[in-house]
Amino acid sequence: MPTAAFDEGRVRTVLDADDVQRALTRIAHEILERNKGATGVVLLGIPTRGVPLAHRLAERMAAVEGTEIPVGSLDVTMYRDDLRLKPARGLEHTELPETGVDGAVVVLVDDVLFSGRTVRAALDALGDLGRPRAVQLAVLVDRGHRELPIRADFVGKNLPTSTSETVRVALTELDGHDGVVLAEVDSTDEAEPA
Amino acid sequence: MKHLLSAADLSRDDALLILDTAQQLAQVADRPIKKLPTLRGRTVVNLFFEDSTRTRISFEAAAKRLSADVINFSAKGSSVSKGETLKDTALTLQAMGADAVVIRHGASGAPHTLAHSGWIEGSVVNAGDGTHEHPTQALLDAFTMRRHLGELEGRRITIVGDVLHSRVARSNVLLLATLGAQVTVVAPPTLLPVGVDTWPCAFSYDLDDALPGSDAVMMLRVQRERMNAAFFPSAREYSRRYGLDLQRMDRLADDAIVMHPGPMNRGLEISAEVADHTRSVIVEQVTNGVSVRMAVLYLLLGGSESALGVAELAEASV
Repeated sequence: MPTAAFDEGRVRTVLDADDVQRALTRIAHEILERNKGATGVVLLGIPTRGVPLAHRLAERMAAVEGTEIPVGSLDVTMYRDDLRLKPARGLEHTELPETGVDGAVVVLVDDVLFSGRTVRAALDALGDLGRPRAVQLAVLVDRGHRELPIRADFVGKNLPTSTSETVRVALTELDGHDGVVLAEVDSTDEAEPA
Repeated sequence: MKHLLSAADLSRDDALLILDTAQQLAQVADRPIKKLPTLRGRTVVNLFFEDSTRTRISFEAAAKRLSADVINFSAKGSSVSKGETLKDTALTLQAMGADAVVIRHGASGAPHTLAHSGWIEGSVVNAGDGTHEHPTQALLDAFTMRRHLGELEGRRITIVGDVLHSRVARSNVLLLATLGAQVTVVAPPTLLPVGVDTWPCAFSYDLDDALPGSDAVMMLRVQRERMNAAFFPSAREYSRRYGLDLQRMDRLADDAIVMHPGPMNRGLEISAEVADHTRSVIVEQVTNGVSVRMAVLYLLLGGSESALGVAELAEASV
């Protein structure tokens, strides 16, 4: 997803690289605090950008706790409720840690929380993979406009937006740099609800 | 592209999209709940005018794993045996609201007719028509090869046997050429079709020559039901010159794999020892068939429109 294609003035940086790092460090600590340590915690990133975020959180949690944190990815494409509104598309990778998710505290990780529909799909997908003891949700940005009764447990940044705006998250692993920008949607550039 | 009728219709991007999607869907088989909700409320009709075990079961399993409703139709025991035409059968299926029709037919081109007749609105998937094509078999073969050999670009694949009557061979040659593999078909001259020199592959009459450089060797079934003329002097002679036994298998490279689309004639085109050998991936081909057919059904039916043939459309509109 190109971020450089926008004109100056229509793009506002919301989080710079340091802000992203700080937000992730805080979320990692919050996850440990809430769960009283890392025992039984499994991080599952939702592709695309949730996956590197999950790995970064796991690194930070491991640094604090001194134990390896199981990380995986969970593709929700087949469970989306808007599948039939768009042409079919390819699938992302689902990979569970060897420990599985049964009885674990699964923390779903995504970049942007918007309508909540992706998270609903993720909950359905998770239900077919096992039975976690609890499911929590960590997002880098919560931009509001929920269409379902879903909320995040851990939020990097609450960002009031209008529906005519789009939130673009860049991560070093995929985009070469870290940052979150808010941009006006123009007619040629459809917003992707997350 | 709404239908899957021929391996030739698939661009390289389409073929890789199907194979990559199948790769992800293969994981579903290892899960506690082997089901995805994706095609809930869609109806897939298996319309089989010819006998088949694995293809029909494979399509049925694939559709069911995607939560589609499956209606199985076989010509035996249906109104076809009373003389109903393909058109009337198709109109019946349309009236029942079939979203996809998976068709196997003894006549080459029957799926094409069904797809372009206007009789039905759904997608048509060719599950083998006469001696023409069997595209999902080629896809599952390519999927199996890719798992063992990696990307198929430049890989050498040898297809041996009754190429003349084989829809599997036709579809494989077309798909493998699209994927950049070097294919050689090997058969007695009587079992190579006229015009094989125009196919995107090499051909040979000598199996022993072709084996040493092969990364995969695919044995074709000797189709006795289509052998209404004397194509070779005796089964024994065929087996001696074109059958794969342990001795011949020694000529293959150590990491080469042996394939067969099934059903096998053990002792004719393939010896029992080879069929059950560790380098034989014949059972795995069946497993992979379900994943590949799930991918095809998902990409054709899962969205508002098919995900296949998108690149060509984009090019055409430029």
